[in-house]
Amino acid sequence: MNSIKFLFAAYIATWAIHAFYLGTLVRRFSRLRQQLKELGKGK
Amino acid sequence: MKRLFPILSVLTAILLAYALYLALGKGTPTDALQGDVYRIIYYHVPSAWTAFLLFFINFGASVQYLARAKASRQAAAKWIVIAVGVVGTIAAFVPRVQQQLTSYGMRPSAMATTVLMIVALYFLVGWLFPGDRLDVLAVTTAEVGVVFCTIVLVTGPIWARPVWGIWWAPGDIRLTSTLVLWLIYVSYLVLRRFSNSAQTQMLAAALAVFGALDVPLVYFSIWFFRTQHPQPVIGGGGSMDPRMLHVLLINWMAFLCFAFLVCWSRFRLELLQREVEEAHAMESLAGADAASRASLPLSRSSK
Repeated sequence: MNSIKFLFAAYIATWAIHAFYLGTLVRRFSRLRQQLKELGKGK
Repeated sequence: MKRLFPILSVLTAILLAYALYLALGKGTPTDALQGDVYRIIYYHVPSAWTAFLLFFINFGASVQYLARAKASRQAAAKWIVIAVGVVGTIAAFVPRVQQQLTSYGMRPSAMATTVLMIVALYFLVGWLFPGDRLDVLAVTTAEVGVVFCTIVLVTGPIWARPVWGIWWAPGDIRLTSTLVLWLIYVSYLVLRRFSNSAQTQMLAAALAVFGALDVPLVYFSIWFFRTQHPQPVIGGGGSMDPRMLHVLLINWMAFLCFAFLVCWSRFRLELLQREVEEAHAMESLAGADAASRASLPLSRSSK
């Protein structure tokens, strides 16, 4: 049974999902920091 | 605190790398029936346990958020949890229950400890996250829990295909209830994302309380129903090579540390988002105030 490809697929999928989620967190952080900076300038 | 995060991140990365090495390494035996594909268990099961834990924390935070509106409700919730703890601990040692637990391969002392830990975790959540922070914790744990639950739903079929010959067993209660659990928490996040009502946080907390009821159904479904899914690896009649169990627990510890760091980041993000929303609201209030002052002489002059 060529099962090793399923094993690697599962491990890669796990880290791909985590990486995608971490990427969205980083993007949201930078967007909020930018908004805070703009609000600070407005004052 | 700012220094602690990078230090913990490095330690977690080392632990995750070590856990991966053990999971794929030759030190752990290969399963006689499944071959190497069984090693998916080292990611699938810890992800499921982590998701359950996060959903439980979400449940505790949501109950306390709902209860805090009234002092009497808060006291009632506290005494109900204490009563559940006392009854659960005593029940574990009642001979008939003891017999039942033993038949499922679970020790009564393990059940009593689990009940007491659940009660302790509930109070710890309330103590560490007072006031509105309970709601911040709830949204944090729901979102990170959904990520871990997604991994369970993705790695499960990848494991099922070579072992069962099918990607999904339609009608299987463990699989279906896990999918329902995921859908409930996705709808929780959608509700929070798109609703602008003042009641959103309360509605989301109520939804979370009902959503959490699915967690025991998912966990105990393989104990009480005939399913395609195998028996639990700890308790419940399942058995596992101690070397495999050791690697499984190390992987869970690594994923718990990782989940803690992700939750920490998400918590800070939520606080920052609320700060920005507050600043926007203050700015529009100040703008409206200035506009009304500017228009006042005009309205007087028109009269």
